[in-house]
Amino acid sequence: MIPYQLIWLIMLLPLFSFIINGLVLRQFINRKSKLYGYVTITAIAVSAIFSIWALLSVAANNEEIIIPDVSWVVIDNGVNIHLGLIADQLSTMMAVVVSVVSLMVQIYSLGYMHGDEAGYYRYYTYMSLFTFSMLGLVLSDNLLFTFVFWEMVGLCSYLLIGFWFHKKSAADAAKKAFIVTRIGDFGFLAGILILFFNTGTFDIKELHELAITGVLAGTVLMWAAIGLFAGAMGKSAQFPLHVWLPDAMEGPTPVSALIHSATMVCAGVYLVARTMPMFIYSTEAINIVAIIGGFTAIFAATMGLAANDIKRVLAYSTISQIGYMMLGLGAVGMALAGEISGGELHLGTEEMLIIAKGAVAVGMFHLFTHAFFKALLFMGSGSVNHSTGTFDMRLMGGLRKTMPWTYATFLIGSLSLAGIWPLAGFWSKDEILVSAFESQKILFYLAMITVFLTAFYMFRAIYMTFHGEYKGGATDDGKDHHHTHESPWVMVGPLVFLSVLAVVAGWWNLTGAFNHFMGHEAEAAASVAGGLFGAFTHTVEGIPLPLISLLVALFGIFMAYVIYNKKWITAGSVGKVFGPLYTLVYRKYFFDELYENIIVKLVALKGLFTGFQLFDSKGVDGAVNGVAEVVTAGGRAIRHAQTGQLQLYGLFIGIGLAVIGICVYVFG
Amino acid sequence: MTIGLEHYLVLSAVLFCIGLYGALTKRNAVIILMCIELMLNAVNISLVAFSRYVVPVLLTGQVFAIFVMVVAAAEVAVGLAIVLAIYRGLADIDANNINLMKW
Repeated sequence: MIPYQLIWLIMLLPLFSFIINGLVLRQFINRKSKLYGYVTITAIAVSAIFSIWALLSVAANNEEIIIPDVSWVVIDNGVNIHLGLIADQLSTMMAVVVSVVSLMVQIYSLGYMHGDEAGYYRYYTYMSLFTFSMLGLVLSDNLLFTFVFWEMVGLCSYLLIGFWFHKKSAADAAKKAFIVTRIGDFGFLAGILILFFNTGTFDIKELHELAITGVLAGTVLMWAAIGLFAGAMGKSAQFPLHVWLPDAMEGPTPVSALIHSATMVCAGVYLVARTMPMFIYSTEAINIVAIIGGFTAIFAATMGLAANDIKRVLAYSTISQIGYMMLGLGAVGMALAGEISGGELHLGTEEMLIIAKGAVAVGMFHLFTHAFFKALLFMGSGSVNHSTGTFDMRLMGGLRKTMPWTYATFLIGSLSLAGIWPLAGFWSKDEILVSAFESQKILFYLAMITVFLTAFYMFRAIYMTFHGEYKGGATDDGKDHHHTHESPWVMVGPLVFLSVLAVVAGWWNLTGAFNHFMGHEAEAAASVAGGLFGAFTHTVEGIPLPLISLLVALFGIFMAYVIYNKKWITAGSVGKVFGPLYTLVYRKYFFDELYENIIVKLVALKGLFTGFQLFDSKGVDGAVNGVAEVVTAGGRAIRHAQTGQLQLYGLFIGIGLAVIGICVYVFG
Repeated sequence: MTIGLEHYLVLSAVLFCIGLYGALTKRNAVIILMCIELMLNAVNISLVAFSRYVVPVLLTGQVFAIFVMVVAAAEVAVGLAIVLAIYRGLADIDANNINLMKW
């Protein structure tokens, strides 16, 4: 059993390394020293060990570790805001994901950021701050602090996307990410305030209690849940707030691996999972989660088909997979919500809680496996970039000969993402498909098409990058990229470690152990209960669902093989057949243009801002100037009384005194 | 007819009004100063009269009047000095024309 003080340390250690790096070390050593990296890595390594210990402690008894609160704000009328941590199954699992992936990324960065002119100092300082904020977000037990850390990870994301701020595109991308997520955060804050004003508490467990007992219900609960989900949409780049994530790829690749694939963008999923009881009791909210998730999954996947930048392919894939997670969270509740509101089903709170836990287990399992293989893929793309100097897949090719380790690990990551048995992605994706199948057939079909698209675009990327002939790499950075080479061991090591996790992470749930851990009954998601080979024989409502999804994924890989490796059908001719469709996808459904030209320029600039400006210049300024003019005119009129002649003043004083005297005499 | 408090007060008021009138209407700075002296002395008369008729045992009013005279003498000294200084500069002591500090 882990002492509870160590759970505080899980999140505080990266804060210490942030302080040491940012405030202490910089005074003594130059910014290019590797010492910054070692400090961060040490802190995060210890915090990863503590997280794993915490997870094991929670798993041992399958009950949460009680951590005493620290009072922070106590106001007389019963408002008591405390600073507390929650260490249950969900948060310790997330802490392990965050700290392990972060550790791998930090080690990898030692190689990737080597020779960068900005040096290690700023990079590792921000990375420490990010890891601290993310662990804080995960472990926080009340919404207020969740929100604070939520904004802090947003800030770190901003700082790290704009790490190379001298590049205009990077600076713009950073601003875009910050502003778009702020739109969602507004909803989050509104949701928190709705909850607070109606219940007087920020504490997540108390809010759960209120939602379950029905104190918090109806419209209030619905709007609160929708508000929370709006925050999740912004942070997790769900449609229609997805536009920032592809641009966020301007940051250094390890940043994308850590923040924009494995951890921060999954914070939205975590938030919904954390507050699941509130969603499960609000039919509308849970439906929105499932629909947005399902739609985003396929929507983003189609955009991944046409991207030529390998990191953007991965970015769209991330959006799509997070859509999957949202679908996984929403689908179970959605099925029941329909039946409950239709009056066919009456469930007690016990059953509802089990359903909530089931939904959480499904969504979080995919988050868990996805974090590893997506971080792996991003780091693989970084390794490719390290050698070729570019992210453009059209300039790559044939790298499997010179970069065998990167190739092997990237392949494992892609197979896992595509959902190929028996890698991690297969198990987690399958569970989401099953719950979608049981809730809404249309969402299930969308998810199934997404399986195909995912396999297709990932293997398109592999064939373009690693197969065929090498096309010379970057031409615009003045370096020679003709001889590609494998990356140093500090980069390959984490790749290998994560690729092992990308294979085995899914096996945690082979006999439903993960579901059981999350408090979900194994029978409800039986597709995983049959063990390693049970997946082939398992059926849902008479249909061998796992087998079908596997075949669909294999078909996707085969199509990519046909088009991009053997070139039996050329990509050009496919492009011609689907001409307008291709343009639509290639231009990202014109969402950037829509937002920029219609919403930003037309609605905001020409409409709102012009209106505000008019109000400002005419209304506000007019009022101010008007007051000034009235006073000036008055002064101009009255100033004739001021003759400057003392005798006249004296006369007035005399008359005044006389009048006062008479008044006193007459009335006094 | 005996002369009582009222007579003194009327005299004092008349003198004061003459002084005030002169101070407010005259243009010549020296005459204005003289009028101010007149007003001060009108006050002195009423102080002494009150002292004599209301509290005959005490000499408060008389002492006060002497103080006023001292202050008035000092004031005349300073006032005439200023008038002289202005006259040297402007060759004029008309109060209407002494408007250097008016905006």
